[in-house]
Amino acid sequence: MYKLSRSRIYIILAICLAGIFFAVPNLVGDKTKLPKWWQPVNLGLDLQGGSNLLLEVKIDDVIKERMALIEDSVRQALRENKIRYQNLKAGAESVKVKIDNINARSKAVSAFRKIDNGLQVEEGSDGVIEIRYTEQALNELKLKIVDQSIEIVRRRIDETGTNEPSIQSQGADRIAVQLPGEQNPERVKALLGKTAKLSFNLVDSRTSAADARRGKLSNTSRLINSAEGETLVIGRKPVVGGEHLVDARAAFQDGIPVVSFKFDSIGGKKFGEATQNNVGERLAIVLDNEVISAPNIQTAILGGSGQISGNFTLESAQELALLLRSGALPAPLEVLEERTVGAGLGSDSIKEGITASVIGLIAVVAFMIAAYGLFGIFTTITVFLNLFLMLGVLSIIGATLTLPGIAGIILTIGMAVDANVLIFERMREEVKNGRSTRDAAEAGFTEAWATIVDSNLTTLVAAFVLLYFGSGPVRGFAVTLAIGIATSMFTSVTVTRLIITGWLQKYKPTKLPI
Amino acid sequence: MRIFSWVTKDTNIDFMKFRKAAYVLSIAMVVLSVACIMIKGFNYGIDFSGGILIELKSENKIDMEQVRKQLAEVALDEVNLQSIGDSGTEMMIRAQTKSQDEKEQMKAVNAIKQILGDKYEYRRIELVGPQVGGELKKAGIIASLIAVLAITLYIWFRFEWQFALGAMIGLMHDLITTVGLLSLFDFDISLTTVAAVLTLAGYSVNDTVVNYDRIRENLRKYKKMPQYELLNKSINDIFSRTILTGLTTLLASLALFVFGGDTLRSFSFTIVWGVIVGTYSSIYVSSTMLNLFNLRANQGVEKAINPFGNVD
Repeated sequence: MYKLSRSRIYIILAICLAGIFFAVPNLVGDKTKLPKWWQPVNLGLDLQGGSNLLLEVKIDDVIKERMALIEDSVRQALRENKIRYQNLKAGAESVKVKIDNINARSKAVSAFRKIDNGLQVEEGSDGVIEIRYTEQALNELKLKIVDQSIEIVRRRIDETGTNEPSIQSQGADRIAVQLPGEQNPERVKALLGKTAKLSFNLVDSRTSAADARRGKLSNTSRLINSAEGETLVIGRKPVVGGEHLVDARAAFQDGIPVVSFKFDSIGGKKFGEATQNNVGERLAIVLDNEVISAPNIQTAILGGSGQISGNFTLESAQELALLLRSGALPAPLEVLEERTVGAGLGSDSIKEGITASVIGLIAVVAFMIAAYGLFGIFTTITVFLNLFLMLGVLSIIGATLTLPGIAGIILTIGMAVDANVLIFERMREEVKNGRSTRDAAEAGFTEAWATIVDSNLTTLVAAFVLLYFGSGPVRGFAVTLAIGIATSMFTSVTVTRLIITGWLQKYKPTKLPI
Repeated sequence: MRIFSWVTKDTNIDFMKFRKAAYVLSIAMVVLSVACIMIKGFNYGIDFSGGILIELKSENKIDMEQVRKQLAEVALDEVNLQSIGDSGTEMMIRAQTKSQDEKEQMKAVNAIKQILGDKYEYRRIELVGPQVGGELKKAGIIASLIAVLAITLYIWFRFEWQFALGAMIGLMHDLITTVGLLSLFDFDISLTTVAAVLTLAGYSVNDTVVNYDRIRENLRKYKKMPQYELLNKSINDIFSRTILTGLTTLLASLALFVFGGDTLRSFSFTIVWGVIVGTYSSIYVSSTMLNLFNLRANQGVEKAINPFGNVD
């Protein structure tokens, strides 16, 4: 006969109590009063309302930009070494140049190798040299860009005061942003839609825009449009870049909104020198490849701080200040997917979920009692226990409960009694085969076990496939399904066994009520 | 109290007798499903097709025709209006924009909001780009295939090959008829629907495995019993369990179908149908078709686990 050792009973009881204990916060209305380790399960955005954004980091744009820079370095290296070349061109992933002379070509290759460690230089048969990032360098670069992007996205979203946002990388080049409670993600999207790359460049006053258009543009200058519709010629190399900013705020000057900023010490020094040496010249303030304004430098600005004036409203000044404070995104972001659920729909979903759970629970339990009587009541205990254990485990591991997740719980209620049914039916059979009450009860458990494992494992296989392939709400469903299978095996086999063995020992029945 | 105790009684039904009729029924259902899928196709939700989805709620009854007229002013490609629930105060707008990039979609959403105005509560707004939609579709198909494969492998590992084949055919039968019904009734195919289909796969095989376990056990126990009789006996042996578990799962999923709200409608429909067809096929596809093979060909190979061992 199966022995109920004390330690075994205690362990089973301890697991049940722990499950109930950790499930309790889900019944408490106000979670803020509870300690951090004793919290209810997280609700998915489909239940509490909020906005989900899936962003793509446009890494290709960065690589293309880098290639343009490498093209410059290549041109410079060729000039320094006085090498004749043709067709120097930067593509999306590589820079190509044609050099006919063999000796010059090998000289060029070794010069190119010195440009950057992460570059590989390939010599083609037709005299074309192709320079691109190595696989490793490319992967490192991508990883770095995504990591930096996440950091900047976090800073920008934090500035908006969103409650408990979640920002995570997804796949190779995506960022999933969750904004609980956000009903209108327009503002957040506007903030994330700008890279906010700021630089200060001197305006080339010797070249007019008209000259530049006719091709009289030196290598160190470039044409650029301003927000006011003016076309300017500015120095390619910035005097100082936005990475040196330590602070930016919206302010008023003569009643007009401006953005005041502060540099770090290096930036302040560079800015000071540039303004000192170029009094009377114009300084262009360039944001995302557009000139915001290009004021005249009246005096040297030595304090390391200054102001950007432009066509600002208070809101746009505040937004720009926020963007500058949080730093530039290393790559542009594109919104691939956006899902916003209103709080009203979320709470309706919760209500419907609870109604369906309660009715499903009552129906299943009533049916089990109607079919099995006393053993049905035992089943009822394990069904409730299973529910508590599921909630407890979900709360402990910090899982997120979604609407499909609730569906998973309801389904588990229905499917979990299967193990009990298998056990009871087996007991009935063993009684019919002439076994004694105790033997039949015992055999019910041992004989049904293999079947219970087999049948649960197939469902578990489906749950794991879902867990691996699904995202968001579907994942939530897979998690509850998998946890439900595990806890229900515990409650309907181990706990039922404990109850029935205890019942047999106490009442010593001569007949099983099945 | 035990008004349903009749369920837990022994049965002696000649299940095998009706197997040929059942084959005809099953084949007909599968053929019709495939035909329906090929002719009618699926009503893909925006998870897979990309596009925009807006759910509205109003204080009063919504005049769908008026909304349709209002929306005609917005440049949309395919507009699909659908009321939600019975109250007539909620509705769903699903639409595609001409070019499906996110900015275009956002513009359309804003235009719709502007035209319809503030008298509606915007309960849900979703925008899915075409790229993501395509990826999700691919992931859904791969997930379903892998689930079928993994389950079949598991059965093969635990039973003889005839059983693995029977389970796989039963599983395909359930999946195809379910998907066929989803197509027939124009249910939204979303990620959640895929989740439901996979859950159904798990449940259907679960039922089959219980039958198979008993068939295998009886094969060992009654070495001389003719196969026809043995299959019949096995199905009868656990018929009460099949009905009981089928009913409890059906009760739970019906509760979900009736009370779980519209978001889960196609999910719970899939499960409800899955329980019914899964129970049917575990007997009339997976089990009866085993009669086509000689199950005793390699008897003696035993594969069973029992962690309790002999505790007595």
